[in-house]
Amino acid sequence: MSPEADAPLEDRRAIVRDSLGVGLATGTYAISFGAVSVAAGLSVPQTCALSLLMFTGASQFALVGVIASGGAPLSGALTALLLGTRNTLYGLRLAPLLAWTGRRRLGAAHLLIDESTAMAVTRRTTEGARVGFLTTGASIFVLWNVFTLLGAIGGTAIGDPRTYGLDAAVGAAFLALLWPRLQQRHTVLVALLAAAVALGMVPVTAAGIPVLVAGGVVLLVGLFPRSAVDR
Amino acid sequence: MTWVAIVVAGVGCYLLKLAGLSVPARVLERPVVARVADLIPVALLAALVAIQVFTTGQALVLDARALALSAAVALLALRAPFLVVVFGSAAVAALVRLI
Repeated sequence: MSPEADAPLEDRRAIVRDSLGVGLATGTYAISFGAVSVAAGLSVPQTCALSLLMFTGASQFALVGVIASGGAPLSGALTALLLGTRNTLYGLRLAPLLAWTGRRRLGAAHLLIDESTAMAVTRRTTEGARVGFLTTGASIFVLWNVFTLLGAIGGTAIGDPRTYGLDAAVGAAFLALLWPRLQQRHTVLVALLAAAVALGMVPVTAAGIPVLVAGGVVLLVGLFPRSAVDR
Repeated sequence: MTWVAIVVAGVGCYLLKLAGLSVPARVLERPVVARVADLIPVALLAALVAIQVFTTGQALVLDARALALSAAVALLALRAPFLVVVFGSAAVAALVRLI
């Protein structure tokens, strides 16, 4: 994007290394998705179809979560779709940076998730952004599907994923993705506000809705000029 | 019915991703859109952290996950790599539950 042009070779290596790290960390916690999904009453093929076809973790967890709590499958689908709208916003942000068209864009769209966005959006060049996006997206896709299958087959055999602290690891992963964005005062304020709004909504709304309402907070904050929020 | 839900939501989620990548670039040139697009991941990630750590179902709870998150904050402040943050925090949760 900037006139500083091509990412140097070691930059590229660093991007690949960091992206594979994110891929490994994210892909492996699909084992908890596989286990949770089977426990919710989905079959092993249904669980794997979700990871292959939907491939966006929060939406997948939301869908099986609604089914687990006795909700209708189609209301689970709606929750998943609402959560999936944030990928549209990620795409909006990434489109000019990745600058892909045609078939490449059709393929890239499937890999558009929280982590591939996070590993691409901070790059200064299209080259760097593409390397970060593809390495993260593809490594997560492979591992996510393998570990979904393992989790689904293992199912109850590995016992409660909480024993291994896996439930806490998900929050830590989201925080680690958020961390680099918290460098300005107004982004910290937005993050705290969003967290507070989401927690406030939890007791009174269905699963998945609090996160969307928190996203709506941004629409309000974004309408004010930055200087007004900073002071 | 479950299969219908899986296919509908799966295809729908893909189309939502594709829509974002296909919007004309000039939409982002409007300052309000750029500002909102920058802040959206901040708000959603912060909300996801809060939900993952401080809730069980529809109840607000304070348990081992909160301590695990504190550990993650400390590790991030020390500039630990992503994997160390994630698995370090999981280890803290697992240890707290053992005690």
